[in-house]
Amino acid sequence: MEHHLSLAVKAIFVENMALAFFLGMCSFLAVSKKVNTAIGLGGAVIFVLTLTVPMNNLIYRYLLQEGALAWVSPDLAQYDLSFLRFLCCIGTIAAMVQIVEMTLDRFIPALYNALGIFLPLIAVNCAILGASLFMVEREYTLAESTVFGLGSGIGWALAVISLASIRERMRYSNVPAGLRGLGMTFIVTGLMAIGFMAFAGVQL
Amino acid sequence: MANSAKKAVLDPLFENNPIALQVLGICSALAVTTKLETSIVMCGAVIFVLTLSNLSVSLIRNLIPGSIRIIVQLTIIASLVIIADQFLKAYLFEISKQLSVFVGLIITNCIIMGRAEAFAMQNRPALSIADGLGNGFGYSIVLLITGAIRELFGAGKLLGYTVLPVVTEGGWYYPNGIMVTSAGAFFIIGFLIWGLRACKPDQVEEEG
Repeated sequence: MEHHLSLAVKAIFVENMALAFFLGMCSFLAVSKKVNTAIGLGGAVIFVLTLTVPMNNLIYRYLLQEGALAWVSPDLAQYDLSFLRFLCCIGTIAAMVQIVEMTLDRFIPALYNALGIFLPLIAVNCAILGASLFMVEREYTLAESTVFGLGSGIGWALAVISLASIRERMRYSNVPAGLRGLGMTFIVTGLMAIGFMAFAGVQL
Repeated sequence: MANSAKKAVLDPLFENNPIALQVLGICSALAVTTKLETSIVMCGAVIFVLTLSNLSVSLIRNLIPGSIRIIVQLTIIASLVIIADQFLKAYLFEISKQLSVFVGLIITNCIIMGRAEAFAMQNRPALSIADGLGNGFGYSIVLLITGAIRELFGAGKLLGYTVLPVVTEGGWYYPNGIMVTSAGAFFIIGFLIWGLRACKPDQVEEEG
């Protein structure tokens, strides 16, 4: 239990997907103009990450890993399909995003309209694929990967919501012409990354 | 034809840079640029995948049903990335270890999806190759500049050779630690964009 808690804290703060690994930057920068949309997208990312990471974990363990097919028949134990993991991970993610999109459209149309184009873009959000690939690389178990997915989702949402709040305030400041918009956002994100560095070494 | 191909190659360099103006493909630009060497390998991989994916998407653009085009594009891109990944693992194992998951993340590099969707779906194969090359180079310019700055000021080296001898090895240069951290990458790209927009005022965004 403690191990999982510490993993979650690490995923949320110390190894923040957006600020330490630069994952999901495109939507991070594009959707952070308003706090409301940022909250919506953050929620969608948490949801998709929590589902896809454990799912990809199962697929990798029981279909792709070297010797993983042994449960089908012993003859298949020699096959190593791990090179297919990119294709499988992205397929799972695309399917999950489609499901989330249809669910939102049906039950929360306001959020669906607010997210607009960015919902399908979650499929190509590197934070989602990145989490799955990190999970494979670090050899997490099923429970660990669920915690990791949830934690990195929360971390990403936290980062995007705080950036959106800062940017809403920034409308009142006088930014040099060339820095307006994208340039300034980069510098603010850099400062936030320094802030998050303070969490380095935090352990439960 | 010759003119539009030239425009497709040259425009993304400064006029319509994928990173600075279209806000595409930023994740990898920030993550792999701690060293110049990894930046160069990453650029090569991205140019390879981008050009070939533009070509393949453009070749079958009239056969792809509109509703499943994203999946088709993703499959093409993922297959090309697998080739690039296996190649790097076979011939440049050390660097491929340093790049870790970021080779796989080329799949979700928005430049590649973005160009397939915005350009290759509407244009002929030859023009799409030109567009892929151009955007690949536009991406590479930003990556190489960032990589060079970060390695030079963060470690006093370029491509592993010592340029500014650091204090710990008996030299005079105090390495700037912030350059190798993630924050340094954000600052450098932020300032690059500022510089670019100072030269080309029409790229300035109105809203703050």
